[in-house]
Amino acid sequence: MSTLADLFTLAMVAGGALLFLAGTLGLLRFPDTLSRLHALSKADNLGLGLIVLGLLPQVDSIAGGLKLVCVWLLAQLSAATASQLIAGALHRRKSGR
Amino acid sequence: MAEFLTGAALFILAVTALGLFRVLRSELAVERMMAVQLLGTGAAAALLLLGAASNTPAMTDVALLLMLLAAFSCAAFTLGQSDEAADAAAPKGDEP
Amino acid sequence: MNLLLDLALVAWLIVLAIHVARTGDDRNAIIAFIAFGLLLGLAWTRLGAIDVALTEAAIGGGITGLLLLRAEAHLRRGRQAGSAPRKASGATSIVAALASAAIALGLGLAVLAFPSPAPTLAPPALAAIDATGLGNPVTAVLLAYRALDTLLEKVVVLLALLGVWALTPDHLWGGAPALKEANPPQPLLYLARTLPPFGVLIAVYMVWVGADAPGGTFQAGSILAAMWLLVMLAGLRPAPETRSRLLRLLLVGGPALFFAIGFLGFAVAGGFLAYPEPLAKALIVGIEAALTVAIALALGLLVAGPSSKAPAP
Repeated sequence: MSTLADLFTLAMVAGGALLFLAGTLGLLRFPDTLSRLHALSKADNLGLGLIVLGLLPQVDSIAGGLKLVCVWLLAQLSAATASQLIAGALHRRKSGR
Repeated sequence: MAEFLTGAALFILAVTALGLFRVLRSELAVERMMAVQLLGTGAAAALLLLGAASNTPAMTDVALLLMLLAAFSCAAFTLGQSDEAADAAAPKGDEP
Repeated sequence: MNLLLDLALVAWLIVLAIHVARTGDDRNAIIAFIAFGLLLGLAWTRLGAIDVALTEAAIGGGITGLLLLRAEAHLRRGRQAGSAPRKASGATSIVAALASAAIALGLGLAVLAFPSPAPTLAPPALAAIDATGLGNPVTAVLLAYRALDTLLEKVVVLLALLGVWALTPDHLWGGAPALKEANPPQPLLYLARTLPPFGVLIAVYMVWVGADAPGGTFQAGSILAAMWLLVMLAGLRPAPETRSRLLRLLLVGGPALFFAIGFLGFAVAGGFLAYPEPLAKALIVGIEAALTVAIALALGLLVAGPSSKAPAP
């Protein structure tokens, strides 16, 4: 059972790490700023999400697991708002000129 | 297991930090802020991984704070930006 | 793997620090400095100082970024109106570089001069912790063993706020600082409505958990300050008038309670800031709660700056 849980952790954490790589590559390689923003949100949502999911079998208390999920939920709120703010700032700069 | 989790944390940090360094050298201020945002998420992920690897649950609290305040510096940044719409800023790099 | 991670962190911190120092554009230097704060928080956790990491995350993520960006925007507006930006001359740069090198060298020598097992008071601090009823040695140091230092620190924060207020022109004295954006973007309004409940919850958790695990007043105070600033920036609540009696009472309340309990120590426990043993934990948590409010208000007002509106008649 515990090896199965460990395998699950391995797979999820590796997936999450790869998504961070993908997010960074997108940030560096995508053609325009809005697409780069889009790449960023993948790392925020899915990357962190997979890592939290992968770490859940490793925590020993329910409270610890809930806290992990809270980190992810807060990240959702922050990332979504931050993207909107950045996109809004870009938009204002464009139309302001 | 601990070794793997630490390695994953190092990988994520390395990727996001190198991304930041690339962006810091050339691009727009908005993109720098995006890179900082990515580093913030990466740091939170690394903290969670390291906390699990070294069995220190308090590190989750640090990640919690990072994520709580992640949008805050972004908000502060866009506020400074808003009065810049009027002045003729540097050319934007978001054309292909 | 651990060693590799530590080395990488040190390398990134040094590169980022050099970048911050060398960047000519203030805004870009500030953005890099925010990133520096993130990595520094991680470095503190690697050193096992999670309390410090929490403070760094709260202050670096919430307060300094906003403070510096606001200051930069202010300077930029002043510059557009007035003179061109000041450029450092070659001689100034050389003097600055030499001074920095001397400080770095001095610090390096000081660190290398430590005896090999560095002198430490950690074992006696841990041995006496039962008397305080606390489980977190950092809180025990801050509020029991070296409570005098903490008390004076809180007074220093108030003095700093007085220093900022002293910059108010006479006819604006007692008015409210202007913090609200002229045209707050919608996402900011949304953030200011949704985030504060979570922030307050996490701040309460920080104070409470600080007795037995990493956390404490300063972290909680900075989170509350950040949430308050967010609400004021979005214009959901106006910034308070600095002449408000309630505001001033709350600002002074934390340190005043600390002083009162300190003097009470003469009567019941035989010394300034000595706690009677069965009540130690209750008193410490009480002081922490009052201090949290005072710190949150003081930090928020420090960022908000001197008042820029005349007080309402």
